[in-house]
Amino acid sequence: MSVPAGWEAVIGLEVHCQLLTQSKIFSGAATAYGAAPNTQADAVTLGLPGVLPVLNAAALEMAVKFGLAIDAQIAERCVFARKHYFYPDLPKGYQISQYEQPIVSKGHLDIEVGEKVQRIGITRAHMEEDAGKSLHENFSGQTGIDLNRAGTPLIEIVSEPDLRNAQEAVAYLKKLHQLVVYLAICDGNMQEGSFRCDANVSVRRAGESKFGTRTETKNVNSFRYVEKAIEYEIQRQIGVLESGGKIVQETRLFNPDTGETRAMRSKEEAMDYRYFPDPDLLPVVVTKADVERIRATLPELPEARKARFESQYGLPAYDAGVLTGERALADYYESVVKASGADPKLCANWVSTDLLGALNKLGRDMATSPVSAEALAGMLRRIADKTISGKIAKEVFEAMLAGEGGADEIIKAKGLVQITDEGAILRAIDEVMARSPDNVAAYRAGKDKLFGFFVGQVMKATQGKANPEAVNRLLKQKLTA
Amino acid sequence: MPITADQIRQVAQLARLELESGRIEKYAHELSSILELADRLSRIDTTQAQALAHPLDRVQALRPDAVTDPVGEAGRATFQSIAPAVRDGLYLVPKVIE
Repeated sequence: MSVPAGWEAVIGLEVHCQLLTQSKIFSGAATAYGAAPNTQADAVTLGLPGVLPVLNAAALEMAVKFGLAIDAQIAERCVFARKHYFYPDLPKGYQISQYEQPIVSKGHLDIEVGEKVQRIGITRAHMEEDAGKSLHENFSGQTGIDLNRAGTPLIEIVSEPDLRNAQEAVAYLKKLHQLVVYLAICDGNMQEGSFRCDANVSVRRAGESKFGTRTETKNVNSFRYVEKAIEYEIQRQIGVLESGGKIVQETRLFNPDTGETRAMRSKEEAMDYRYFPDPDLLPVVVTKADVERIRATLPELPEARKARFESQYGLPAYDAGVLTGERALADYYESVVKASGADPKLCANWVSTDLLGALNKLGRDMATSPVSAEALAGMLRRIADKTISGKIAKEVFEAMLAGEGGADEIIKAKGLVQITDEGAILRAIDEVMARSPDNVAAYRAGKDKLFGFFVGQVMKATQGKANPEAVNRLLKQKLTA
Repeated sequence: MPITADQIRQVAQLARLELESGRIEKYAHELSSILELADRLSRIDTTQAQALAHPLDRVQALRPDAVTDPVGEAGRATFQSIAPAVRDGLYLVPKVIE
């Protein structure tokens, strides 16, 4: 679905990204997901009197890393501010965030939509602490509060309003997701809330230079929902304006069951967060030397890696794109190539088609793949040295997926060694020809299509183990003799 | 710029403070005089001065990323001993409806 003619949509995204630290942004409590409630809520997290926040060096480094990866300015000096609001999952009554002087500003990310490459501005990325969780059910009219998540380091990444439709927004979000996972600063787990997106959407008549009134749709936690929520919001706003109504600036929630957004109960008072510099924290200084030290730790980024896959392994752009889509996948592929010594394109086909297809079916990811890179390389070595054919390899791979052992074990146990002995193949050909004299005559009379029949019969007679290249060559000789 | 009674009510609402209506005028007067001081300060030319985020002219110390305070169930029990209401490890608060 695209934006209707005569209208233009203006979209900006705010992404909250949990940083992959061991401990919290301002204290030494753990940040692991899924712990028993409040067993990771220390005195600082609880906002008890007499405690002071101390900034986590790794959280700062990760924020800088992100800034460098999007070619942004890194502030030499940045300041934490208190953002005030009252909610029980925020015990201090304020969130420590950054306001006027964020760590990262003025970066960009290039996205591809169809054939077009577009540069999307990133206004800023600032560090802040996450809030806790409120559980509303089953507490006899009360709300349960779990503060384990409170104090988890976040960066909030704010894009420019450069996006014009839901597809561009999703392309940007996917690119951002890929980047933070590549940088190993976020696990990218959207279900667990490690990577959350709020979408600011407005519409205006085509040609208009002023922005329309925007709404903010909160916490849309999958790529598909982001697309649906934005599309719904664009249509809704156009509908309101076309029927003479006005858009109200408000926060809305997306309902995945209906595919609609609805207004959250409007606040009696406009939000006033009363930001001011947090007196508990001193200005943070990042020197040029710090920046250069951190720059040296940046991994090869997706675009560079894709270009290298094309030049170093001779892969088509499409394959290189698929294989570098995820850092773990690209690492896996390179391990397979290195360990197998097989043709890189053959390796690419096995990884991007067979392996990814199987993982998809099993609902697994790279980390939990039942076939390791070493195991797949072991099988590819057997294709390369002609022990098995590509066709038999599919059977071996299935057995590996089912946990029946390594390639060599399976080949041996199932007797799948390829028949390359030409004498044996010739004997099979002779038998097949002797059984079908009519077909032989027909072929010789010019019915070329029958060649496939003979190949099939010979493969059947050898239980699929004959080397296909030898079968083709020898059959041709015999039939035309 | 004097502070009005309405502004006092709004600020009190934002801070969730309950004010006795009789004292609103008094607070308006007191806060106005504080702002007069700020007004006087803002007349000083500070174009050459860097903003001071903190009276201590020092920079933030960092801590290494390590779990130095594993709270665990024992720690939680200590913290929850002063909480008005808890259940199943959760702190209980009056119902919040979004």
